[in-house]
Amino acid sequence: MDFIFAVCPPGIVCQILVGLSRTTILFIVASGLSLILGVLRIPNIAHGSLYMIGAFTAFTVSKLAGGGTAGFWVALLIAPLVVAILSLVAERAIFSYLYEREHLMLLLLTFSFALIFGDLVKIIWGAEYRTLQLPEFLKGPIPVEQLPMPIYNIFLLFIGPLVAVGLWLLTNKTKVGKISRAAAVDREMVGAVGIHVSWVFAFVFVIGCFLAGLGGALVAPIINITLGMDHAIIMEAFLIVIIGGLGNVWGALLGALIFGLTQSLGVLIWPQFGIVFPYAAVVIVLFFRPRGLLKSTW
Amino acid sequence: MSVKSETHRKEIWVAAAAFALLLLLPFVLKRFYLYFLGLVFVNGLFAMSLNLVLGYGGIFQFHHAVFYGVGAYGTALMIAKFGQSPWLGFLVGPLLAASVSALMGMICIRLSKLYFGMLQISLGSLVWATVYRWYNFTGGDDGIHGISMPSLIASPKGSYYFIVLMTGACLGVMYLIVKSPFGSVLQGIRDNPVRSEAVGVNVRLQQLLALIIAGFFAGVAGVLFVVLDNSVFPDMLFWTLSLEVLIMCLLGGWFTFLGPVMGAAILIALRTFVSTFTEYWALIQGIILMLVIIFLPEGVLGYLHRKWSQFKGSGLAGEK
Repeated sequence: MDFIFAVCPPGIVCQILVGLSRTTILFIVASGLSLILGVLRIPNIAHGSLYMIGAFTAFTVSKLAGGGTAGFWVALLIAPLVVAILSLVAERAIFSYLYEREHLMLLLLTFSFALIFGDLVKIIWGAEYRTLQLPEFLKGPIPVEQLPMPIYNIFLLFIGPLVAVGLWLLTNKTKVGKISRAAAVDREMVGAVGIHVSWVFAFVFVIGCFLAGLGGALVAPIINITLGMDHAIIMEAFLIVIIGGLGNVWGALLGALIFGLTQSLGVLIWPQFGIVFPYAAVVIVLFFRPRGLLKSTW
Repeated sequence: MSVKSETHRKEIWVAAAAFALLLLLPFVLKRFYLYFLGLVFVNGLFAMSLNLVLGYGGIFQFHHAVFYGVGAYGTALMIAKFGQSPWLGFLVGPLLAASVSALMGMICIRLSKLYFGMLQISLGSLVWATVYRWYNFTGGDDGIHGISMPSLIASPKGSYYFIVLMTGACLGVMYLIVKSPFGSVLQGIRDNPVRSEAVGVNVRLQQLLALIIAGFFAGVAGVLFVVLDNSVFPDMLFWTLSLEVLIMCLLGGWFTFLGPVMGAAILIALRTFVSTFTEYWALIQGIILMLVIIFLPEGVLGYLHRKWSQFKGSGLAGEK
């Protein structure tokens, strides 16, 4: 640690840590999107809405559970599950009949869900700002070389790798994960050997949406939960997936790192145009590697 | 042959009659309806320009709103920031949109389908983020309001006439483009890019040309919006608007010439009507979109076309 502080000033280190915790959220959301895009080939615009629903549900669940430490953990557990169930219903009722349609139709179909979910959130929760209360042990800053650093951001830094490894184990070490990877490459062949592809797709879709809900629940304590947070995240998540390589979990991590760090350091360099930096980084990456940094599944 | 030119003549007469009717409307309609019609034409032109590359070209232009916004901002900045004549601004807007389209097209064109769309969205988002943040030049998220127009088109009637004439002219030019050899080549590329390449068509060059043309007309639509509303704001280049235009094309019908205009008319009429009694327009829009995708994927006009030709086909069969 001392070595790092000798090289660069604590302000920048703090900013990098903030960027890394932002990266965690971006990665969790983008990896779900990447999974769905890689296996099902659906560019799911409603992913951002599910993230928003995750955040709002976390708020409500935590409030119902009486807040505090218990409320936080229950919210973190229940909110992604609610989102997963919602996505399972949507998948079985509508998406499962339309997989054969072309990308453009599927894109617009998910956009119709995004529109509907957006207004449903408005009807259920209204347009006010909300915040999820953090439990005592995650509250407050800890000093990093004299500068205050919120504990929760450090907590997020541990969650990110956990999800990455979990997702890697799921797709590479379990049977259903292997089947889903096979289905991503050649769904007809997988069906031909007697596997019920439709349910594999449902499983992958639900896992992807679960991750959106988890991202929403995790971000709930550090931002204002409000309408419109879906529009902000979905474009970022899409770009991360694209620069990482479609369907590649590690690509999503790499993309999220690029996006999160350029965002946080960009603000430091040029506050007014901070949000331009990540987009510029994406353009530069795609200019040299138009199909993403890592190998895509299709 | 004679039958074909006969129907052609009929179509021209119908178009001329509709045009004459539109020119007479300001004498009977109230100001609000003129604004509404203007909005329909602006969005119709915007959607048509998208359909030129999407329906006829088969290019996944996901972020078409950028060119609409650039056209509008180009004009607005020329007038409000540089103090130039509005007429010059009207010229600069579409040309700027076409240049941006050319630049983005050159970067994206080597990719196909979804990758093209995604790179285009990221480039478009870069433009949006710049406009959104550059407060002292573009007005940031407030946009620019109260842009002064030449006195000829400052009144509601004047702006309406200007929009109708410009939209009519642009639709005419686009019709000629679609029916030209270039239009046929474009549709050939859409249906079979490999074979087009094999018979000696420079696929990327033709597609790039189509993108530039589409960008130009989207820029014209943006300029017309400035004429109508006298304001610009960054939402005009946000990606949600791009998807809304996609909905207009889908709703009216991809593969029909006037489909996108019809889609724009239906969507804007519904929005105007629905917004008077509920704030949940997005919900209703989402449900309509979902129903159209499931039950009417060829769009309203595409559906009517099919029914009409089936009807005519059965009539002919009966005569025989």
